[in-house]
Amino acid sequence: MNELQQMLDDTVTRLFGDLVTKESLQDAETWEESEAVWPDALWRSVEENGLTQPVTPEIMGGVGANWADSYVIARAAGYYAAPIPLVETILGSWLLSRCGLTPPEGTLTVAPVREGESLEVDANGLSGRVTSVPWGRRAGHVVVIARGGAGPIIVLVEGSSAIIEEDCNMAREARDTLIFDNALVVDSAPLTDALGRNPIHLYGAMLRAAQIAGAVQRVLEEGVQYAKDRIQFGRPIAKFQIIQQYLATVGSQSAAAGAAAQNAFRAADRGDPLLDIAAAKVVAGDAATTAASIVHQTHGAIGFTYEHSLHFSTRRLWSWRGEFGGEAYWAEILGRSVARRGADALWSDLTARQAGL
Amino acid sequence: MPSLHFEPCDLPPEAETLRGEVREFLAETMAGYPVAKRAKSWVGQDRDFSEKLGARGWLGMTWPKKYGGHERSMLERYVVLEEVLAAGAPVGGHWIADRQSGPLLLEFGTEKQRQLICPRIARGELIFAIGMSEPDSGSDLASIRTRAVKVDGGWVVNGTKIWTSEAHLADYMVALFRTDTDPDDRHAGMSQFLVDMTNPGVTARPIRNITGDLSFNEVSFVDAFIPEDMIVGEEGGGWKQVMAELKFERAGPERYLSSFILLTALIREISQNPGERAAVTLGRLVAHLGTLRQMSLSVAGMQNAGEDPALAGSIVKDLGGIYEQDMPKIAHELIGADPMLMNGGDFEKALAYVTQASVSFSLRGGTREILRGIIARGLDLR
Repeated sequence: MNELQQMLDDTVTRLFGDLVTKESLQDAETWEESEAVWPDALWRSVEENGLTQPVTPEIMGGVGANWADSYVIARAAGYYAAPIPLVETILGSWLLSRCGLTPPEGTLTVAPVREGESLEVDANGLSGRVTSVPWGRRAGHVVVIARGGAGPIIVLVEGSSAIIEEDCNMAREARDTLIFDNALVVDSAPLTDALGRNPIHLYGAMLRAAQIAGAVQRVLEEGVQYAKDRIQFGRPIAKFQIIQQYLATVGSQSAAAGAAAQNAFRAADRGDPLLDIAAAKVVAGDAATTAASIVHQTHGAIGFTYEHSLHFSTRRLWSWRGEFGGEAYWAEILGRSVARRGADALWSDLTARQAGL
Repeated sequence: MPSLHFEPCDLPPEAETLRGEVREFLAETMAGYPVAKRAKSWVGQDRDFSEKLGARGWLGMTWPKKYGGHERSMLERYVVLEEVLAAGAPVGGHWIADRQSGPLLLEFGTEKQRQLICPRIARGELIFAIGMSEPDSGSDLASIRTRAVKVDGGWVVNGTKIWTSEAHLADYMVALFRTDTDPDDRHAGMSQFLVDMTNPGVTARPIRNITGDLSFNEVSFVDAFIPEDMIVGEEGGGWKQVMAELKFERAGPERYLSSFILLTALIREISQNPGERAAVTLGRLVAHLGTLRQMSLSVAGMQNAGEDPALAGSIVKDLGGIYEQDMPKIAHELIGADPMLMNGGDFEKALAYVTQASVSFSLRGGTREILRGIIARGLDLR
């Protein structure tokens, strides 16, 4: 880790360690019968510490770091299950800045447009319906990519300009449907070509991969701790080889998810990171599946209770692996690219892509 | 808890320049070399090829020049390793010697041993075998019983080594023998020896494996005399040395690239316009391949920085084994080929070989269970 990464890592570790508690995680969840509590102190201190706009240039109010440096923030957001739109704000701000727009203060989210959905922008404003928008109801502003007359347009609107249908993912994190009907456009610009056609989807997948890597590390540590504490047959279950083998498997998966995600962030700095991000989301998603399953098995019945805290991480793993495209989605993109390039190009393409990051 | 973090490693420009040279060399030297033989990867043998690599200065690359080495970095060496593996070059002749026997002698051997052996390894002239397992000692290596007894001017060895790769072709073996017994410390009393395979008391009998190949051996020692200057390192220090040696054995890119030729053969079968299922399957394989390559490179970076790669190497070998053993299963499900051994096409032959050989991928160089035990120790579970 370089100095900046170490500083960011220390900051997020201290901040999330203090402010994300079992109680705050519970309170932040969406239930049919009660309102989710917004962790205001957590958000404010994340913002005060400059963690919401690490990759935005300083001239636009950000930190001016690169993606490789910011990896530790996204990973920590996953490790601690921070129930705030942090990575969404990071991404939204960066996309705006890359298109020449100054990001607003406060919470931001990004709305991925799924297959079958569409957003249009014209002189009257933004219109359309998008589902599963992370933290939609909590977003001061929303960044979307809409169809305009001359091509894709990045559009910034206020969160309050949308009609919101509340929903949530398995982790009970807000994932809302937003309906825009000639919503007032706060700012807009043509989408910068270098960002690719669907950068919300692409970089969203990258950020989720980092969060998954963090959460896999978290469940690994919980599994290890539980195995050392839990006594059966007169000894800690950690002494049984089967438990050791289980958790070693999770250890390997955690390492793989981290390596794949970090590689994607480095590729994002270099440009053209499509295949590295695709690979990261596949590897992280596979790790999520394996880790959640094994660590639950290790915990036994107590891990199946809402009372225990393991599920805050495992339910996020099951949710995040699907968000911004699941393993099969990204594997297909990667697989088509490899097949098109042919067998002889596989190795030289791989080494060239990973060279000089 | 200790970190399982793999620090990204950037190859220096000179390593990428070297990559171009290696590729050019391989394109020339390997032209027309059949896929079925390439699929054997680092188990394939060709003394000529080993000597050609040695002549290019690509063996013993990191060793001091005075022992025939080339004083290049671990990262440059890494590039050569991954390029020869990706090409399916027949590197089996020198692989063990270059990877672990040479480095072992440089670390623990006497000046005479280094002078005698290392330059010849660097020229690609010597095949080495590693005598560790015995009929009653597999994963439980500390239970070995083959004994070296001190006599005038040397040692006399009696016992049997087994699963010894390439012993029937080898010029030398580095063997672990019991030289003492300590009832209180099972890791004490073992020593390593440099065994000349022309020794009349040493007999290697190849054991045919399920692929039909003669690759591993049973090696018997009957009153085999070993001169006293052929002990390697400290008498009684064998366990520590073997553990150091196994780090070299487990950390390399061969632990995820052994089945690379099958992957490329599979891509040729799939065609440029795959259906959805084929694309998803292929993409998943390549996603894991790329990640393993990053991790393997990170291990090389650790070695280059003088850090201990034991835990990280075990993780890559564990993940690499899963990945490589999945590959023939996936290829079988996707293509539905019915491999014929005599007249099959390239894909069928590669599939047939890797299907059978992959059984050994989670056995050789430390079983999956042993590796996971090392990882579990890294997690502070034992």
